[in-house]
Amino acid sequence: MFSAIKNRLADHANQHVGLLAEFSDPGSLMQAVKALRKRGYSRLDTFSPFAIHGMDKAIGLGTSLLGYIVFIGGLAGCALGVWLQWWTSAVSYPINIANKPLFSVEPSMPIIFELMILFSALTAVGAMLALNALPKPYNPLFFSKRFARATDDGFFLHIQETDDLFDRAATAQALSEEGALAIEYVSHEGAEDVTAPDSINET
Amino acid sequence: MATTSTSYDESSLAYPAGVPKTLEDAPLVGGNLSFHDVTELIAGHNEKKTPLFWFFGFSVALFLLGIFGLSISYLVWNGTGTWGVNNPVGWGWAIVNFVWWVGIGHAGTLISAILFLFRQRWRTSINRAAEAMTLFAVACALVFPTFHTGRPWLDYWMMPVPNQMALWPQFKSPLMWDVFAVSIYGMVSLLFWYTGLIPDLATLRDRATGLRQKIIGIMALGWTGSNRHWRHYDRAYLILAGLATPLVLSVHSVVSFDFAVSIVPGWHTTIFPPYFVAGAIFSGFAMVMTLLLVARKAYNLQNLITLDHLEKMNLIILLTGSIVGFAYITEFFMAWYSGVAYEQYAFRNRAFGDYAWAYWIMMSCNLLLPQLYWVKKFRRSIPLMFTIAIVVNIGMWFERFVIVVSSLHRDYLPSSWDYYSPTIWDAGIYLGTFGLFFTLFFLFLRFFPMVAIAEIKGVLPQANPHYYDHGQGDGHAGEAPKAAVSAKTDEVG
Repeated sequence: MFSAIKNRLADHANQHVGLLAEFSDPGSLMQAVKALRKRGYSRLDTFSPFAIHGMDKAIGLGTSLLGYIVFIGGLAGCALGVWLQWWTSAVSYPINIANKPLFSVEPSMPIIFELMILFSALTAVGAMLALNALPKPYNPLFFSKRFARATDDGFFLHIQETDDLFDRAATAQALSEEGALAIEYVSHEGAEDVTAPDSINET
Repeated sequence: MATTSTSYDESSLAYPAGVPKTLEDAPLVGGNLSFHDVTELIAGHNEKKTPLFWFFGFSVALFLLGIFGLSISYLVWNGTGTWGVNNPVGWGWAIVNFVWWVGIGHAGTLISAILFLFRQRWRTSINRAAEAMTLFAVACALVFPTFHTGRPWLDYWMMPVPNQMALWPQFKSPLMWDVFAVSIYGMVSLLFWYTGLIPDLATLRDRATGLRQKIIGIMALGWTGSNRHWRHYDRAYLILAGLATPLVLSVHSVVSFDFAVSIVPGWHTTIFPPYFVAGAIFSGFAMVMTLLLVARKAYNLQNLITLDHLEKMNLIILLTGSIVGFAYITEFFMAWYSGVAYEQYAFRNRAFGDYAWAYWIMMSCNLLLPQLYWVKKFRRSIPLMFTIAIVVNIGMWFERFVIVVSSLHRDYLPSSWDYYSPTIWDAGIYLGTFGLFFTLFFLFLRFFPMVAIAEIKGVLPQANPHYYDHGQGDGHAGEAPKAAVSAKTDEVG
């Protein structure tokens, strides 16, 4: 079982092996993504210090499924709230006060509501982390010195080695044609600068 | 990058011609900052040498925290009798302070969640600090009910924990609802705050070295800024905002149920939930204002927290203050209109009885003084807004004092009427919670990015990819008209 998990993690880490290209600004990054998609690349991702409006569409990602998962979490919290109050006050230890009903909806609403919110919020954060495979203590992208700027003012485009069209030289050429400032090949061994100096001068 | 305020207007022309200009058109961030400038401006404060004023402020806070420890120890050793509470006033300063602190916390959630849903993008400058304030205020608030139980080591009885007595909490009691509402509010606020922090912690991580990098790296969870991550992250953030919005409204409603569900004259009113929520936001904005006016000066954040932001906050203070004032007057009308003698007496006693001084402090601080904000000049005057913020905080404390004490001290049975006064230990604990609050706040300022770095970058004009469509000679000039069209359809869709 441990080896299965290990393989799974290795697969996951391998998705970061590929070419990492830096662009000057969100606009040129977006243009490059659109152009590379037109050339047929599909396994690409961008890295930016903030979420770029419209990039999901440019990469071809649909809407996040998170909402549906949170809905299930919320339902679970709601059900727990109903069950907890009904079972404790009407089944486990019923107390007859002035012949009022042992369980009724109205006074139970606040706690049902609060538990629903709590479960939804926990699901939202938990599922967001799970879908993003975070926390991720190892990521080959961190071998790239340049990549530290992805959380400051750097805009990066990454093409996975597993992409069908991937060819180290040709893809690097394509990236530089689309205006990449610098290109690196990132693998588990480290990052290697593959920017062709003449192609920079051309653009 | 030549980004003047005029180029901002040009590039962010999301509004078709003919639509009136809104406040949104003014640049949200002053000083034409680049992305890197924003990082430097905010993260720099966490990295450079601790300024002297921080040590000064932190020691004052620690001194107050010492008073807190002393007062709590004395209280736990001797019991709640050390407070001035007795029959008929069983809820003294402790509950006043509880409601006051919870209320202050609400502004943080309003800024981070409700203004987010309303697409008020100016909130990005203040939401981080306001959310931190929420967390610390809730921590201070929880101190009071925790110790008011008298035997805090048995507080786990409030949780539905199976026990040898086979007893369960009474879920039909508003006090029980309060336990759930406030503790869940604290937890959800923490989640929301931490989620917002993840990208900024990654920024700090990538600038740090050595052990510092490792520690921050663990907290940043390996965030890279991948667009595939941003997609789920943004959705999670939106959902959390959508959850926190009804939550924050419910929390102070539930707090008001503590009063409204009872049969004490002056408490038993249906106006309480909205009136408490408005009051909470009112006092909370005043507290945010107090903290940020100092922080923006001390940390040179005038370009991020601009006078426009402060003015908008003052408008919210004016709005909520007027709602609260309207509620005060409505209560009087309803007492008269109900024809109930007890109710009428309770309100006559409030305004003209033993605690009339507290009532009129409340009225002048909350209803009258914020009305100055109808004048634009006053809304933009920093010394005045600092004064009013403090006055509003005082006024809102007195509002809770009036509600709790003036209603209880004259209940149905005249033979038990009494005049309530606090003891020095009431004051010690109240002062002590300021120590707790400011100790946490100073630690926050020192170790966490006090403004949301990623969000600020997201509202800069150059963050919009279409900002570059009108650019010159970047190889896409020929596509410019097409791109401009797609920009418009993007905005609609």
